[in-house]
Amino acid sequence: MSVQSRARLARIRTFIDSLNLPAVYLILVITFVTAYLLTTLFGRGDFLSSSTLTNMMVRSVALGIVAVGQTFVILGASIDLSVAYLISVTAVMASYIMQGETSNIPLALAVVLGIGVVVGTVNGLIVTRLKVNPLITTLGTGLVMHGILNASFDNFVGAVPSSFQVLGYDNVGPVPVSVLLLATVVLLGNFILQRTTFGAHLYSVGGSEETARLSGVRTSRVIIGAHIICSLTAVLTGLFIVSRTGAGAPWLGPDGVYDLESIAVTVLGGTALSGGKGGVWGTIAGVFIFAILATLFNQIGMDTYLRQVLRGLIIIIAVAAYQYRSKEQAA
Amino acid sequence: MMTLNAQTLATLRQRLRWLGAIPPIYVVLIALFVWIWILNPNFSQSTVFLSFLRRATPLLILAAGQLFVIVSGGFDLSVGSLITLTVLGSAVMLDNDPSRTWWVISVMYLIGIGVGLFNAFVVNVLRVSSFIGTLGMLLALKGLALYWSSGAPAGYLPDNFRIFGRGVVEDVPLLGRLPYAVIVLIVFATIAIFIYHGTSLGKLIKTVGDNPQAARLSGVRVSWVRTIAFVTSSVSAVTAGILLGGFAGVSTNVGDGYELEAISAVVLGGAVLLGGQGSVPNAIAGALTLRALFTLLNLLGLSAPVRFVVQGIIIIGAAAYAAYSMRRSSK
Repeated sequence: MSVQSRARLARIRTFIDSLNLPAVYLILVITFVTAYLLTTLFGRGDFLSSSTLTNMMVRSVALGIVAVGQTFVILGASIDLSVAYLISVTAVMASYIMQGETSNIPLALAVVLGIGVVVGTVNGLIVTRLKVNPLITTLGTGLVMHGILNASFDNFVGAVPSSFQVLGYDNVGPVPVSVLLLATVVLLGNFILQRTTFGAHLYSVGGSEETARLSGVRTSRVIIGAHIICSLTAVLTGLFIVSRTGAGAPWLGPDGVYDLESIAVTVLGGTALSGGKGGVWGTIAGVFIFAILATLFNQIGMDTYLRQVLRGLIIIIAVAAYQYRSKEQAA
Repeated sequence: MMTLNAQTLATLRQRLRWLGAIPPIYVVLIALFVWIWILNPNFSQSTVFLSFLRRATPLLILAAGQLFVIVSGGFDLSVGSLITLTVLGSAVMLDNDPSRTWWVISVMYLIGIGVGLFNAFVVNVLRVSSFIGTLGMLLALKGLALYWSSGAPAGYLPDNFRIFGRGVVEDVPLLGRLPYAVIVLIVFATIAIFIYHGTSLGKLIKTVGDNPQAARLSGVRVSWVRTIAFVTSSVSAVTAGILLGGFAGVSTNVGDGYELEAISAVVLGGAVLLGGQGSVPNAIAGALTLRALFTLLNLLGLSAPVRFVVQGIIIIGAAAYAAYSMRRSSK
């Protein structure tokens, strides 16, 4: 290798280092290359075609938005298992209120965002005031939403107007509106975490609640805030999903396994379940890895049920790989 | 006179102190039974009560198994899918041939032990938190069960398999008809109580759940103890699956939601999440309370989804009560 190209390589290396990306991006690249090779060898269709790539992006939007919120609560050493049902509540309520009329959109948005704030506040209050384990708390509030929803509706209900489906299907230039939405959520999430006092407090509460409290942070408020943000992202995911399906149904959230998958991609992205470490960039890499794998399974025509088996095992392996790496670093 | 009175009161209080030591779950359970009995006086007949108990048996067994994992400081969310795998897998392997029953039951228990060992491997060796690990297994095992039976109920369970779930022993003195399931429950509960309360293993499980680091330093083989806990839970799931296959027959969603009910039952029974405390009889009483509550809601004419709402509220309530009494006792 010539001196020049070596210097160039070093410069690229410095540039990549300066981005300070989480290590999960390496896994993302490996997954992408492997998926590309496997599809080219055994699959049908072109992995790099623009339709496949767009499809992959759109797939990532639903999971990606709620995963950003999940990252917030996990950073605060909490967790949210109620997001799947909140997604269903949002989808159903939005389409129930809109009834296919554009003029009803503002009311529907106000109602579902209001529900999101209420659910997040309730979750946060139960965790901080009643000192209930967040897993049990959000399992409980999830069950409550599940029960209310299933007692009231048992099928597709209402409809969203075509003007609302812009969110799910239209493009701005070559970029889907939904991808812009995801990008906004990610950038906003990153801004809140890195540039605001709330973000700094969230990291310190997740690192050690006791220390944070002693240094004057109002820990309960921070946790409640993180839960409200998480619930609001679930509402946004619900709105995106209903703009794609055209009508809401109670099973949309649980069927997408958004509770487990949002936790899995967050942990895969390097955010510690014990709180205080990580961020949204890692989470988004985790989301893309899941989307690439889903596309790969699709293109090589794998059995639906085997896909589910692999999905479960991949969650375990992904988290295990991260644990292994972080253990090495610690040692 | 006054002093005498005060003295009698003090002795009386002393004498009745044991009442305060009764776990609250039994008070709630008896209150529920009385309420059900008022609405449906037949409930006090032994046949009616035993058939209620028979339907509750799978959850009771599952709660006893889940207790081992929860006290050791973990969760086992894979049990619901393992129940489904047991029912669907048995039906496919048996295909209505009664001569295969015994080896199919043996194979299912081997699979169950395998699942327990795998869960333990994921937690002990791969260092994945049990919540995420068994969540992955929940997805994977459900996929495997559906793959095995090609996505729909297939095969048929012969009578000598179903007898454990729906059979009864006739002409039992005092009781009349005694369901096989209740005998299975008594055997399983006796073994679980003996292991947990009668051997040093029970103490080790509590030690590990209370503080794994300290347990390891004092020479406890933490991985080994956790492995026993996960295998016990998986074995309880296979047992519950065999019983459910007996009286509910073959369906693809037979085990859905059982993992959450088992955890709810254990929490109701006063076990502390994240380990260290709990008792097998109390966990079984918690499961019985949950089922009694569902029966009551049914008698009150509430629809099935309302169960979820009630289940959600009571697990939060039980966990909040446990957190409150722990704070009070530590003051």
